[in-house]
Amino acid sequence: MFELLGIPPQALFGQVLLGLINGSFYAILSLGLAVIFGLLNIINFTHGAQYMMGAFVAWMCLNYLGINYWAALLLAPIIVGATGIAIERLLIKRIAHVDHLYGLLLTFGLALIIQGLFRNGYGSSGLAYQIPPELRGGQNLGFMFLPNYRAWVVVASLAVCLATWFLIEKTRLGAYLRAATENPTLTQAFGINVPLMVTLTYGFGVALAAFAGVLAAPIYSVNPNMGADLIIVVFAVVVIGGMGSILGSIITGFGLGLIEGLTKVFYPEASATVIFIIMVLVLLVKPQGLFGRAT
Amino acid sequence: MADLSVEAPAGGLALEETNRSTERLHKAIMIGIALSLLVAPFVLYPVFVMKVLCFALFALAFNLLLGYGGLLSFGHAAYFGMASYVSAYAAKIWGLDPALAIVAGTLVAALLGLVFGALAIRRQGIYFAMITLALSQMVFFFSLQTPQFTGGEDGIQAVPRGKLLGLIDLADDRTLYFVVAAIFMGGLLLIYRIIHSPFGQVCKAIRDNEPRAISLGYRANQYKLAVFVLSAGLAGLAGATKAIVFQLASLTDVHWSMSGEVVLMTLVGGLGTVFGPIVGALVIVSMQNYLAGLGSWVLVVQGVIFVVCVLLFREGIVGVIAKRIGKGL
Amino acid sequence: MTFKTLLATTAFAALLASPAVAQQLSIKIGVMNDRSGLYADLTGEGSAVAARLAVEDFKAAEKGLKVEVVSADHQNKPDVGSNIARQWYDQDGVDVIADVPTSSVALAINQITKDKNKVFLNSGAATSDLTGKACSPNTVHWTYDTYALANGTGGAMVKAGGDSWYFLTADYAFGHALERDTSAVVVKNGGKVLGAVRTPFPGTDFSSFLLQAQASKAKVIGLANAGGDTINSIKQAGEFGITQGGQKLAGLLVFVTDVHALGLQTAQGLVLTESFYWDRDEGTRAWSQRFAKAHNGNMPSMVQAGVYGAVLHYLKAVAELKSKDPAAVMAKMKELPTDDPLFGKGTIRADGRKMHPMYLYEVKKPAESKAKWDYYKQVAVLPAEQAFRPLSESECPLVKK
Repeated sequence: MFELLGIPPQALFGQVLLGLINGSFYAILSLGLAVIFGLLNIINFTHGAQYMMGAFVAWMCLNYLGINYWAALLLAPIIVGATGIAIERLLIKRIAHVDHLYGLLLTFGLALIIQGLFRNGYGSSGLAYQIPPELRGGQNLGFMFLPNYRAWVVVASLAVCLATWFLIEKTRLGAYLRAATENPTLTQAFGINVPLMVTLTYGFGVALAAFAGVLAAPIYSVNPNMGADLIIVVFAVVVIGGMGSILGSIITGFGLGLIEGLTKVFYPEASATVIFIIMVLVLLVKPQGLFGRAT
Repeated sequence: MADLSVEAPAGGLALEETNRSTERLHKAIMIGIALSLLVAPFVLYPVFVMKVLCFALFALAFNLLLGYGGLLSFGHAAYFGMASYVSAYAAKIWGLDPALAIVAGTLVAALLGLVFGALAIRRQGIYFAMITLALSQMVFFFSLQTPQFTGGEDGIQAVPRGKLLGLIDLADDRTLYFVVAAIFMGGLLLIYRIIHSPFGQVCKAIRDNEPRAISLGYRANQYKLAVFVLSAGLAGLAGATKAIVFQLASLTDVHWSMSGEVVLMTLVGGLGTVFGPIVGALVIVSMQNYLAGLGSWVLVVQGVIFVVCVLLFREGIVGVIAKRIGKGL
Repeated sequence: MTFKTLLATTAFAALLASPAVAQQLSIKIGVMNDRSGLYADLTGEGSAVAARLAVEDFKAAEKGLKVEVVSADHQNKPDVGSNIARQWYDQDGVDVIADVPTSSVALAINQITKDKNKVFLNSGAATSDLTGKACSPNTVHWTYDTYALANGTGGAMVKAGGDSWYFLTADYAFGHALERDTSAVVVKNGGKVLGAVRTPFPGTDFSSFLLQAQASKAKVIGLANAGGDTINSIKQAGEFGITQGGQKLAGLLVFVTDVHALGLQTAQGLVLTESFYWDRDEGTRAWSQRFAKAHNGNMPSMVQAGVYGAVLHYLKAVAELKSKDPAAVMAKMKELPTDDPLFGKGTIRADGRKMHPMYLYEVKKPAESKAKWDYYKQVAVLPAEQAFRPLSESECPLVKK
């Protein structure tokens, strides 16, 4: 049996798999950002807070209403998505005509509000959310013990990512969406309700974040700050990928999760910064990002 | 591109038609600021006023990049915080004179600005904001993981205020206050000079229409980088001074929420106005001071201010006043 | 410019006090801690409640003391904390600052208190530097410190057969210190340390590091981290079947409030050290019930109990001296033996260290828990002399050798 830099290959497989699991979160979140950016041209700074809201709604469903994980997986994105729609209609819409940087500032402010409210309501030490009984336990794969729940996270997020890709690239609705991204005025002239589309797109992007939040609830502690630091990493992921294509965001998300996972084995001290370092390298070589279109 | 004050033709950046009367008004305001700085320590708690001045200088530096480079940085805490570490380290470990420690902090911040600026100006607008944010997060992790330099989460504590130029003992709050006031005034005048110099005019031309400026033969990227470095250096001056005042450099200074705070101060005061950041810093710092008892409600209040400003009050306080009186401020 | 928003006047002017009391001495106690962040449950308003209970139990008014308790939130940031402290001392007439969790803030307050010559009664902070190289004649460190935690958990675990260790260390100075101290204790007691992994701080996903710990086959996985990191790593250890696999988790900085937040299902089997547990004996139970009544039914943490003990002892010293002169009060506090129902009889050493026993607890299984907040079973008791750093090893300049 050979060893790679002192790490047995079995352990390495395990780490690669774990990296993919983390990558799932990056993928769903950066996908949501990319979908929103595509049509609204704003970077949704509230994304991290909405991810957190997804986890909290799942927790509230269970503790206040007795609604289980599976129902929450569907309900939380709908509820949080609905708040997203309200935010778009009431606030973001009003600044559509000014510089897009105001969108960044507005959503940053919203993130502070949401985070602060949850901190006041639930403290910051985190709430417990158990893994659903169907997914407890795990499989011994020989080289590692894989908890069933982690396997489910990868499968679920891949499915959602691919479904989103299919929806946007292969369906009629997606075609309208792409047309609206390309030229909103012309698309409107063809009788398509572009403002409605914008609203729904924002709601959908937000729902994706909430979905990731529900997936995260049983494994990470449910606390008001869970999205705040994550979102900055996801921004770096987005800069690396370039937000130009849906598939690009998905691939970048999973790929960077993988690289981060490997860093945790070979040089754990750098695992917090590795994505930022890659971002710097990509900026030097290809400023528009790996999958981005030159602007 | 990012002309953030499109809606404030009279205020905001409209210094192009700087006529005599506006210039006289600016001169009067400067004198007014200088006079109130003289009186302030006898009326207010000097440590509080020093805090306001440090943040006002920080916001002025940030605003230089935004208002005159057209670039919204979401990572200015990196320069502010790094400078405060360097100046604290120099004063405490090397035992440097406070003046030299502040200079050292400022230079390191400018250098960091040169490196980050060179990377970040490759993209514009929203991407620029995200890149600066990510880069500053790297600085945060660096600070966290090098406790031998930064003291980790303890920060560098008990920084000696020392004797300025070996003569003036800064241990007394009022004495130190006048030094800080002088630094602030110097920073303000420097920024004012930069804006009104030919260099500043070119920067504004690039901000308003980059292709045209390039076609006129200006190397746009070099100008942008120069503004970036100046802004980072001045943010560093503010951070370095703060470290001496509070005798502490800590992770708070490099955290992304600090970057958010400076954006908020500038937004409240008026993006792209000359005096707005000062007013914004005064408002936000006082708010934090008086509302400190509210705990995490402060976060909510700040968020609400952000949202309200963006939706209803994009010109900021000074921007609105400028519009009223029809003169650039 | 005050932090009086949360001001709570607890003792009233003793208008009808006996005429024997010539003049009334008024004292202002500032309880500074985390009221909104990670340590809010552990310290927070509960510590202010504890301070008020101490004032009440001491019957301060009858003894001619007018005591006022104010509180503020330092948000776990040294700069915020030092601002508040300066303002309290310079402007608001605060005499004593109590509690102050988060080592970085505590060290800053320690320095300012020394510069301004006031009194600092620390209960919440972990760093053993407060009575070590940063020790101050104006500071008492009451409840616990990293040395005692490492000693309690490290030493006792090895004696109980957990003689091989692997550390999950949060990659910042505090995590490193915990790892270093505990490793030393483990080795001293005849155990061995198989390895350690540095985890980014703050972290959310520990699975990769837990796998490395699992692969090390160490009997004990030491969690050299705090707050959210600890909670996440315990949670994920459960998920990866680490405790079921026979490895034990040792929390080096875990409090009863963390166990409460995690739930017994997740936290069961965890081993940890505390100096106070509400259900230890008659005295602690009686006091804790009163505390719970005043604090929404929540049981006190050891930090909150420590605030009570420290404030009570301070008031005793002041009443005896009839003066609040810091140097005299500090000397009196160190001279008088301490005695309260929560920590028993004890002393305060020259370096400011409060001496009392530490207890090693194991978290109960859900089936063993009979009531709300019934979480621990006692594994071992460490007498004070064994728990805390002996003066002979002290780096504190106040200790005459």
